[in-house]
Amino acid sequence: MMIWLLGILVVALPVAYGFRMAGQKLTGNAPRFRDMPSGVAYGYVIGAVVLVWLVWTYIASWLAEGPAANQYFFFRIAIHGFLIFSVMAISFRWLGTKVGPEFTKKLFRNMPATAAFGILIIIIYAVVSIFAGVIAPYGQEEILGAANVVPGGNPAFGGDPAYPLGTDQIGRDILSRLIYGAQNTVGIAFVTTCLAFFVGGSLGFLAATLQGWLDQVISRTVDVLMAIPALIFALLLMTIATVWANELGVNRTIFMVLIIALIDSTRVFRLARAVGLNIVVMDYIEAAKLRGEGLSYLIFKEILPNATAPLLAEFGLRFCFVFLTIASLSFLGVGIQPPLADWGTMVKDLSQFINFAAFAPQVAAAPLLAASAIALLTVAVNFVVDWMLHKSSGLKE
Amino acid sequence: MGSVGRIILQRLGLGLLTLLVVSIVIFVAVNALPGDFAEAILGQGATPEAVAAIRSDLGLDEPYLARYFGWLADALRGDLGTSFAQANFAAFAGTDAGSGLGSVAAMLGPRFANTMFLAGVTAAIAVPISVTLGILAALYRNSVFDRVANITTLTSISSPEFFLAYVLILFLAVMNPILPVLSLVNDDMGLGERLKMTLLPALTLTLVVTAHMMRMTRAAIINLLASPYIEMARLKGMSPMRVIVRHALPNALAPIINVIALNLAYLITGVVVVEVVFVYPGIGQLFVDSVKIRDIPVVQACCLIFAAAYILLNLTADILSILSNPRLRHPK
Amino acid sequence: MTEQLLKIRGLKIEGRSDEMWNQIVNGVDIDLMKGEVLGLIGESGAGKSTVGLAAMGFTRDGCRISEGTVEFDGVDLVNAAASVKRGLLGKRIAYVAQSAAASFNPAHKIIDQHTEGPTQHGVMGKKESEMDGMELYEKLRLPDPENIGFRYPHQVSGGQLQRAMTAMAMACRPDLIIFDEPTTALDVTTQIEVLASIRQIVEEFDTAAIYITHDLAVVAQMSDKIKVLLKGDEVEEADTRTMLSAPTQEYTKSLWAVRSFQRPSKPPVPTSATPVISVQNVTAAYGTVPVLHDVSFDIHEGRTVAVVGESGSGKSTAARCITGLLPPVSGTIEFDGVAMPLDYRKRTKDQLRQAQMIYQMADTALNPRKSIGEIIGRPVEFYMGLKGAAKRKRVDELLDQIELEPSQYFHRLPSELSGGQKQRIGIARALAAEPKFIICDEVTSALDQLVAEGILRLLAKLQDDLKLSYMFITHDLATVRAISDEVVVMKDGRVVEQGTKDEMFKPPHHPYTDLLLSSVPEMDPDWLTNLLNERGVDNIGDAAVGKMT
Repeated sequence: MMIWLLGILVVALPVAYGFRMAGQKLTGNAPRFRDMPSGVAYGYVIGAVVLVWLVWTYIASWLAEGPAANQYFFFRIAIHGFLIFSVMAISFRWLGTKVGPEFTKKLFRNMPATAAFGILIIIIYAVVSIFAGVIAPYGQEEILGAANVVPGGNPAFGGDPAYPLGTDQIGRDILSRLIYGAQNTVGIAFVTTCLAFFVGGSLGFLAATLQGWLDQVISRTVDVLMAIPALIFALLLMTIATVWANELGVNRTIFMVLIIALIDSTRVFRLARAVGLNIVVMDYIEAAKLRGEGLSYLIFKEILPNATAPLLAEFGLRFCFVFLTIASLSFLGVGIQPPLADWGTMVKDLSQFINFAAFAPQVAAAPLLAASAIALLTVAVNFVVDWMLHKSSGLKE
Repeated sequence: MGSVGRIILQRLGLGLLTLLVVSIVIFVAVNALPGDFAEAILGQGATPEAVAAIRSDLGLDEPYLARYFGWLADALRGDLGTSFAQANFAAFAGTDAGSGLGSVAAMLGPRFANTMFLAGVTAAIAVPISVTLGILAALYRNSVFDRVANITTLTSISSPEFFLAYVLILFLAVMNPILPVLSLVNDDMGLGERLKMTLLPALTLTLVVTAHMMRMTRAAIINLLASPYIEMARLKGMSPMRVIVRHALPNALAPIINVIALNLAYLITGVVVVEVVFVYPGIGQLFVDSVKIRDIPVVQACCLIFAAAYILLNLTADILSILSNPRLRHPK
Repeated sequence: MTEQLLKIRGLKIEGRSDEMWNQIVNGVDIDLMKGEVLGLIGESGAGKSTVGLAAMGFTRDGCRISEGTVEFDGVDLVNAAASVKRGLLGKRIAYVAQSAAASFNPAHKIIDQHTEGPTQHGVMGKKESEMDGMELYEKLRLPDPENIGFRYPHQVSGGQLQRAMTAMAMACRPDLIIFDEPTTALDVTTQIEVLASIRQIVEEFDTAAIYITHDLAVVAQMSDKIKVLLKGDEVEEADTRTMLSAPTQEYTKSLWAVRSFQRPSKPPVPTSATPVISVQNVTAAYGTVPVLHDVSFDIHEGRTVAVVGESGSGKSTAARCITGLLPPVSGTIEFDGVAMPLDYRKRTKDQLRQAQMIYQMADTALNPRKSIGEIIGRPVEFYMGLKGAAKRKRVDELLDQIELEPSQYFHRLPSELSGGQKQRIGIARALAAEPKFIICDEVTSALDQLVAEGILRLLAKLQDDLKLSYMFITHDLATVRAISDEVVVMKDGRVVEQGTKDEMFKPPHHPYTDLLLSSVPEMDPDWLTNLLNERGVDNIGDAAVGKMT
């Protein structure tokens, strides 16, 4: 295996050289090939090899039968997923350029496919989580007849058409739990992020505007809180919170929201303060101060309107972070309290099935579904944020 | 050099101070538990001996301040207290709770070594790859390679660790049984076998960490490419590679060092999830187990170790970036 | 017989903005013989730097050569292979950038950057190139030429760095050097030395050069012929003396005429009059670093006091003391004979209203998220309590006063305005408070000369109409001559000399004032030569300042 890989890498060297020479010959020494460094030519060749391997494996996956086909099950899902999402993103972008008011059309025209994909996914998640109760076929805590029904709905493999994605270890419908999971996980993450932004943002701007001792006190406190790694701190506080939750008879999810909001507000504070400080040194702030303007005018009328772009991007990133932290805590068993359906807990509960992948790939799909539901949203948000950051940095140049 | 020395000493002092304050925060947090937590944790069914053992071990009758300094002094001597779980077990078994078996330090020692091994393997793979890829992406920015790298890294950053872990398990352990599903390393293993056991969790972490480091390296270099001295180098007829490596890289060192340190810190502290997935006997797994059973002394000790490692790495990064700054190295 | 070195024909360059390619240079021709110096002048946005770089076959990111040819010594630079171009750049065509401090790599020693070109291009070995560099440093009169190269860029002053960069450009003995505004960022006294050294070394090695600048007087000293650019178009080209004495185009004439604006002198202030602002024995410090020492001056009603000095002289700090942003350590600031609280936070709304400020960078002085109407309307509402239609009426009046059509500008954002228009909005915002006294902090130095002149005329008119008093901070003596009634010269946080304008511009002077005055380039192409003959290289610029202290 290793020898094969090494062999390909070595053989690619002369091929790359030939490729460049041939390119120069064929195009009459066009600048594209003339100025191409050997490294780039090598890169093209390696890229081509990978592409050929993907296509070849994909064809092999159609030809294979029986147990051999199981080998390719997830590979095919990945390729199909990639193709379907690409087509969806591109058609969504195309739709955006045709429908709607002029400024969104213009926005869509200059949008990379990744950002279109991101926006589409975010819309889908929003719809699913808002209308979860309408869409889901069963209740999230409803224990149905059969446990451990295999996803796929094919009775030949142990599935059941009534439960297209199967049921979990105590017989709850996985599809319904996934849909409710959107509501719970995404909703809770959203609330937490808003809370963190409210606290961190207002303190950050206050510190940047007033400076002096208030700034010092908050900044030093934040320094200390940030010196403890976020997940570790969250776990420590959750330990204590669960005891309190039992004592007080409160759902520990509320504690989790407060704890993560506290931890994340420190990061928001840092950013808001830095953004605020950059704005505060501007002459128009000095002019407003010398005019005798009050604090609230300075913050709300002069600083905030200039800070929306970086704050919006940060909101996206923070949301991802909060969302992943909640998922991780749930995965570790100290996050959202069961029986509320949430994706992290589902991955943990179903994770054992992954070992059956070799002979029954459909079974192994169950835990991966919940995990990919998490990944898909964070990827989508990150794509959109990346595009926004790129856009705002591009405007400055 | 005098001023650099002074700045470094200042940072060291600040780091120690932070650690001290962090230890206070951890102590206060743990003591915010309701009631007498020895009882709360062991529950009604605990033997009076066990409760007494914990009480005396924690000195619950003493005032907070004395307890804090007692704990801190013990921690400095390497005595991190006694595990509740072990104490309970010991009490049932009728042995003395204070014996070596139940001490947190004894539990943590080998696990800490395992975690460091995992982090070390990951760093050895991730750091060279990410810096090289970052430089290449900056060099061929906006090319196909750069775009593919951008999408791939964004995806792997955005995915939760357990998702990456399960995908890797699926492809490299279950579908193609190359590596073991569980990383049950133990002290008797040889280095080769140990490496094989560690490879899958290390790869998972590499995926997360590499993506982040590579993006930051790329961003740090591209940030500099707009500076006049880079344009000057290009106008001196230097090759694109030389412009990046000789003119941009030395000036991008500080941010790159910072992001490497940050990710290494993440490796030591954020391994929790990965260790749980692979049942890797590291400190992270112990931490999670202890959190679940509310084994306070262990949680407290783990937190302290994680925070110390985190602060230490950030401190190192700080000092290295000070040293990489010619303005500070060569004052006027 | 002179040989043609550079031949540019019909050069068109496009820049990418808003996802579109817009032409920014519309067909420029350049002919340059060996050893000839061409001055390229124009206002900002004229495309002079873009053309200068294109002469090296280089375009910045987001620009491209769309048409035309650039031929350097027979080589077509537009279509040459990247490797061929790299072989020429640095070796036969060199570049000197505007800001040497930013264009030297902070991570390497100066000499290592100097030798990089020769060693990489295979012209000389490292040792040989180092020796050569030291010789060049000596020729350029850098202090301690043997060792200065072994320092890092941040350890060397701006004027010295600019000379070191000229030496670096010379390292491979190129045939052509592009100087891109090499002295714009320097103080006048430093600029003159750099000019003298550049001219000397270019003459000595008989190097051809393109000298890009917006300063006519500078280009007059440096070049054999001058080409004038306007918004990417070529206006005219002629040899230097002809161009200065007999420009043919209207635009060129208007550029030349800018320096002629001058206000008539006013009668002296009666000694009994109470000054509007009286700064008395003010000493100030940033933390523990003292920046102002015992500064005193008065500003009377309807008068302009110009505060002149080079960077770091404390002129802006004096303004911060008056506004109360930096409360002085000792001394008093009186308004109409009444001492004001030193901290602006302790001043009454009316005290704040009476003293307004106009800033150098209109970009940072106007909130980019607010419309013009909001920016000017706020002080109207805040101080005068006007709302609704009354406020709108007052804002329209103010816009009329600054000569901008109200209906057209009321709803615009600052980013939709030109630099001069933004500065006018800054003036209107100050006027909205109906103050008696306005501080103008370098208000024209970021603007092109024609635009700056318009602003100066507007300020003069407003002063006559509204009896305003100005404190006019500037480093530009031409501006001082144009607008001031009285002058305060500052150096190192002290007032060196003060008096009426007529006194100041006639000898005898304090030696520093004298140096400042004599360092300002004049339009006479022989000015630098004469000055050097008269004083010698060691008695101009910084060298002379060094002797003074």
